[in-house]
Amino acid sequence: MAGKLKDSFVLILICLSAFLSVVLLAGIIIYVFVKGLSVIRWSFLATASSAAKGNVGIAGNIVNTLYVAVLTLVMAVPVGIGAAVWLNEYAGRSRWVRLIEFATETLAGIPSIVFGLFGMVFFGTTLRLGFSVLTGSLTLTLMILPLITRNTQEALRAVPDSYREAAAGMGAARWYMIRTILIPAAMPGIVTGVLLAVGRIVGESAALLLTAGSGYFLPESGQELLYKIMQPGGTLTIQLYLSMAKAQYDVAFGIAAVLLCIIFFFNLLAKLLARKWDLSWKQ
Amino acid sequence: MDVSLQQFYQEMKASGQSLRPRISVRIVEAAAQAVFTVCAFASLLAVVSITLYMIANGIPAIWQIGVKEILFSALWKPVSEEPSFGILYIILSSVTGTFLAVLLGVPVALLTAVFLAEIAPKRLAAAVRPAVELLAGIPSVVYGLLGLMVLNPVMYRWEQRLFKGSQTHQFTGGANLLSAVFVLAAMILPTVISISESALRAVPEQLKASSMALGASHIQTIFRVAIPAARPGIVTAVVLGVGRALGEAMAVNMVSGGSVNLPLPFHSVRFLTTAIVSEMGYAEGLHRQVLFTVGMILFLFIMLVNMLLHAILRRGDG
Repeated sequence: MAGKLKDSFVLILICLSAFLSVVLLAGIIIYVFVKGLSVIRWSFLATASSAAKGNVGIAGNIVNTLYVAVLTLVMAVPVGIGAAVWLNEYAGRSRWVRLIEFATETLAGIPSIVFGLFGMVFFGTTLRLGFSVLTGSLTLTLMILPLITRNTQEALRAVPDSYREAAAGMGAARWYMIRTILIPAAMPGIVTGVLLAVGRIVGESAALLLTAGSGYFLPESGQELLYKIMQPGGTLTIQLYLSMAKAQYDVAFGIAAVLLCIIFFFNLLAKLLARKWDLSWKQ
Repeated sequence: MDVSLQQFYQEMKASGQSLRPRISVRIVEAAAQAVFTVCAFASLLAVVSITLYMIANGIPAIWQIGVKEILFSALWKPVSEEPSFGILYIILSSVTGTFLAVLLGVPVALLTAVFLAEIAPKRLAAAVRPAVELLAGIPSVVYGLLGLMVLNPVMYRWEQRLFKGSQTHQFTGGANLLSAVFVLAAMILPTVISISESALRAVPEQLKASSMALGASHIQTIFRVAIPAARPGIVTAVVLGVGRALGEAMAVNMVSGGSVNLPLPFHSVRFLTTAIVSEMGYAEGLHRQVLFTVGMILFLFIMLVNMLLHAILRRGDG
């Protein structure tokens, strides 16, 4: 009887914990949207803040966020996929594989503030790129490299060996096989990895604060947009942080709501695609 | 070898055609392999350079100020006339904050994982699970914003009640260690829940069935059989949680006050991470170098956690 009583007590504890977690996390989202959605209107999203016009808007920050995300992906995705292909298809079982996998694991565990410090000193000072969108993107490239590599590796591992044997049996050279059979077969896994990486980039703040700096101006022409790569630019997260520091809490909540929308969109898309393509390791 | 294949081989040889791929194919193949190899070594190169840079930038200040004065002194006055760079309280705050957050967050997360893996009806679990994973993507600045707006006022009320009439207590307005601990605990929930839940679900059904067949109750089975069997995964989850809490900068920076103090619940504190975030902007000279030392210490802590994780994962394989 005492055992039963103990069991029900523990069961209640379990249910309470689950309830607490769900309420807490759901509460965060609801609170942000309730507070933030009232701020969001067209002018908030489509114009940049300007003291002269007395206008508050985050268009400049949206552009910076996109800029950083695209630039980072352009650098990280090819390298990440290349690394996974080497680890899975070329390296066999050498000692280097274990070492590189350990490095990838380590890289994934380094906190963003340390990436920020490194990026600031190495890309910013040593390579003389200063506080710029490029410095930020290079730093984030290192940060999301493990994510891309590991997802691609998983995807390649899931491609049946019979595909490789069949291709080799027909006389396909290795790169030809990778290009025409393995990468297309692994594409769903790669795409979901990239979508998750977008979520990481958009939500990142500490590393960017030290490398890309701040700034909320909207580039007015294509040329300005091009030059922007060497200029500082604050992403949405940075602007949220700065707004909060200036006690502009409704702006901060507006940005928070926008951020959550973007991040949830990409993560949800990744999840749905994983389900549609039946990627068992992601579900 | 098959007779016909042998014949084919003989004929090919006789005809003088080479069985090796064309030269252009061989060049492309070699180039592709070279490119992939370079890509693979990028992450190794990154880890090595980050390690070297962190150490090379962190050591000089220790050299200049002295190990004792920097690591074992609690006096942090980086910009005064006679500056003092003791970071003992900063280190202690990071360690205490992380420890308390894990102490608070892990049990809740683990029990939630048990609920999802063992107790919840399938459809409920299937709805909650992706939601939890989605939540892992909430940016830290959002946690910080909510902590500042929701948690800090509550903390301030507690503080006013607890320290009513106190002459010695410095009121923080609710921005204190406890706020940071709560925010960190919430932040590690999704990670710890997801990973320990998948570990629990990977426990073989027969194992649990055998335990039930021997007369153990469902709850006994969970705690005596399933959780021990899933231990490597759960430990991994906890270690990742420790890493995340230790390395978190922005959220903590917004809710923890920011004066360097002994880490007591209602003290305004500064962590290793927040010292860098909030002071790097204006620090100069030796102060800046000390911040790199702070970064190096944080990095060493994280590497320690990573090594631990690696050791656990290795043992889990064997």
